[in-house]
Amino acid sequence: MKLSALQQGYINRRSNSFRGAPPLDASVDGGAKSPAAVFWLVLHGFCCLISLVLGFRFSRLVFFLLFSTNLYSTSQQRTTTDLSDALTLQNKMSSSSSPNPQLPPNRTRVVVGRHGILIRPWPHPDPAEVMKAHRIIERVQREQRLQYGVKNPRTMIAITPTYVRTFQTLHLTGVMHSLMNVPYDLVWIVVEAGGTTNETASLLAKSGLQVIHIGIEEKMPISWENRHRIEARMRLQALRVVREEKLDGIVMFADDSNMHSMELFDEIQKVKWIGAVSVGILAHLSDSDKELSVVQKEDVENSPMPVQGPACNSSDKLVGWHTFNSLPYQGKSANYIGDRAVVLPRKLEWAGFVLNSRLVWKEAEVKPGWVKDLDIVVGEGEDIETPLSLLKDPSVVEPLGSCGRKVLLWWLRVEARADSKFPARLVIGSHSYYVSTVASYSEDMLLKLIHITYDIYKVTNDVI
Amino acid sequence: MKDWRWAFVGFLYFALALRIGAVELGRGQQTERISGSAGDVLEDDPVGRLKVFVYELPSKYNKKILQKDPRCLIHMFAAEIFMHRFLLSSPVRTLNPEEADWFYTPVYTTCDLTPNGLPLPFKSPRMMRSAIQLISSNWPYWNRTEGGDHFFIVPHDFGACFHYQEEKAIERGILHLLQRATLVQTFGQKNHVCLKDGSITIPPYAPPQKMQAHLIPPDTPRSIFVYFRGLFYDVGNDPEGGYYARGARASVWENFKDNPLFDISTEHPTTYYEDMQRAIFCLCPLGWAPWSPRLVEAVIFGCIPVIIADDIVLPFADAIPWEEIGVYVDEKDVPKLDNILTSIPPEVILRKQRLLANPSMKQAMLFPQPAQPGDAFHQILNGLARKLPHNKNVHLKSGEKILNWTAGPVGDLKPW
Repeated sequence: MKLSALQQGYINRRSNSFRGAPPLDASVDGGAKSPAAVFWLVLHGFCCLISLVLGFRFSRLVFFLLFSTNLYSTSQQRTTTDLSDALTLQNKMSSSSSPNPQLPPNRTRVVVGRHGILIRPWPHPDPAEVMKAHRIIERVQREQRLQYGVKNPRTMIAITPTYVRTFQTLHLTGVMHSLMNVPYDLVWIVVEAGGTTNETASLLAKSGLQVIHIGIEEKMPISWENRHRIEARMRLQALRVVREEKLDGIVMFADDSNMHSMELFDEIQKVKWIGAVSVGILAHLSDSDKELSVVQKEDVENSPMPVQGPACNSSDKLVGWHTFNSLPYQGKSANYIGDRAVVLPRKLEWAGFVLNSRLVWKEAEVKPGWVKDLDIVVGEGEDIETPLSLLKDPSVVEPLGSCGRKVLLWWLRVEARADSKFPARLVIGSHSYYVSTVASYSEDMLLKLIHITYDIYKVTNDVI
Repeated sequence: MKDWRWAFVGFLYFALALRIGAVELGRGQQTERISGSAGDVLEDDPVGRLKVFVYELPSKYNKKILQKDPRCLIHMFAAEIFMHRFLLSSPVRTLNPEEADWFYTPVYTTCDLTPNGLPLPFKSPRMMRSAIQLISSNWPYWNRTEGGDHFFIVPHDFGACFHYQEEKAIERGILHLLQRATLVQTFGQKNHVCLKDGSITIPPYAPPQKMQAHLIPPDTPRSIFVYFRGLFYDVGNDPEGGYYARGARASVWENFKDNPLFDISTEHPTTYYEDMQRAIFCLCPLGWAPWSPRLVEAVIFGCIPVIIADDIVLPFADAIPWEEIGVYVDEKDVPKLDNILTSIPPEVILRKQRLLANPSMKQAMLFPQPAQPGDAFHQILNGLARKLPHNKNVHLKSGEKILNWTAGPVGDLKPW
């Protein structure tokens, strides 16, 4: 870049001018041992000693005092003494009493020559300043969002089915922090299986968000099949709440073990009625060397992360769906919660859909013609697998995230064994047997988590 | 009675006009109009306000030099070449010197480059002198004003002092033959020998296409508080520090090298332009000379320039109110830089960003090919137009001579 060229060139051109040479510093050629040479050598050494003691080269000072030939006083003048106010100077200063303090009126007050390097007494960050700077940054970013971001942002309505279990705190805290960082208004509907509990309530209270905490009586079943079904029912219950309260905004499904990127929330604001985003599936194979043959393992590990979402043609129109291919996992998937095998998603997950809340309202005037009424659909007794069942015509779905090319959230299911004893709050000391129970969860569970984190890291770096 | 009615109508019209203006401001990007000490002149059109006559010099003064070294087109002193090209095809050019207000001499004095690409100024005084001798002997216009209505573009480090080292430049002073001419230069420092009264300060040349190619979406949040990339110590020439940048850059480094708010280093990242667009403040400290292309880059990328150079005169200082756009910090206040920057109220910061977002501001700093309205070429012409009509004493009485053709160092008198 220009800088290096500049520097090198100036090195070449300037090397003579600054390296020169009051006779004190002129090196004496090795051979000559005449008395004059010895005298200069001794004088040179003496001056070096003085410089060491003083801490600066005083040769220029001597020359100024002895030979002031230059008419231009500014070029030889040293820095004025006002440097010393309230600032300590480190050893790089060359001071001198300036014999000509009064400058002629049209001379610059900026002097040419060596100046001191000003360093304050504590040259480290000041926490108060850092906080002030962060507030400024926040204000600037808010202004940027106002100018370039979404105009008239709509309220987000996040629906999360959950239940009390070992990893609930882990998963729910993740979702909670994501939602706390959303820059728009948010309503969080948390549906709990087995009724509302104080544990969940106290966890949610820490968020400071507006939370609607409801419960259904059924407990979460053990098998994954049934769990998916109950979760769908919980989400429908939440949609009923939206319908009754007439909440206005954008409904998104934030399952508690999923990971959401902040861009997702910005992208969702663009939805008109119903939209679909791409969901990355983090289905991980543990114990893969034992359970799969080598060929199959290579197949699965070399293929990119499976993605569920809308499929578009070249003119960015929705033509179909990418769904999850469960063939490689045939017979090896988990059946019950806590099973060590991999947990598979459904063909299309709820988390990949976003709805305008008006689609579930009772009044027919606000809704477009192609949506079925919620009570009619659910009243038929069958559970619905995806929100697509609410539509008469699935082609009205809007693909988001540059037509599904950007993966904006990741789906994952990791649970501890259903019969694991876990403490709601770890108390050190009196309940040490709880601690040991926690520790017994196995390093293969921890390994699984580590593998999964690595996968997330890998895919986020590939995909984003 | 009638007056009241007219007053009422006038008031209504005025209110309507104001409302329209307000709506315009709210729509799209929020910007503010820029008006400096000379008024709201950034968007003036110079055509019709002045006439410039371009001398036809033999190509050894311009084309041949450029042919010898085409790097002159991309370095930061390329303004002299592009200005020549612009004037040749501009509507302000006149082929009749009798009606010209200004005379331009196209001599490329900053095109003698070292292998590293830096211009050597040692032959420039002789080149300039030779060009002036040519125009004074072939045309009568120099002699009738001794250069009072001529302008020259001298974009080198210290302008027409023709040296890169400040002490030597001050010693030489401005070339004697140019003391009545108007100088268009990048160097500007108040009360300095190398800045003549009435000079026009211009920004250094920065390649517009290269900068446009690195633009990022404006909704990328600005998360860097202070950004700077460049040298703090010029190790080759001034290892102890204290000479380079008058110690100001070294002071910045020593005080803020471990401060998380200050993203400063000597690296040369490939994402330099993108990073500037993610920063709120960009430091523009002096180097060996007070001006630098960083100012231009900061303005283009919307980063508030923090100018650390005492008494500096910034480009187009009468058309652009730099105190309202950038932040001036005295060199002695550098240790308190973090305090200064964090104590600026957020409304002021937002206003500065709005001023920087003004497209006419960005346009005024660039030298685009081909020229566009409001760009730096037009600002130079506007500056020249504002100096019209010429002072009475520009035209010399017959026989009067002011310039001494043998003044200056002996080496300058050798023919080029």
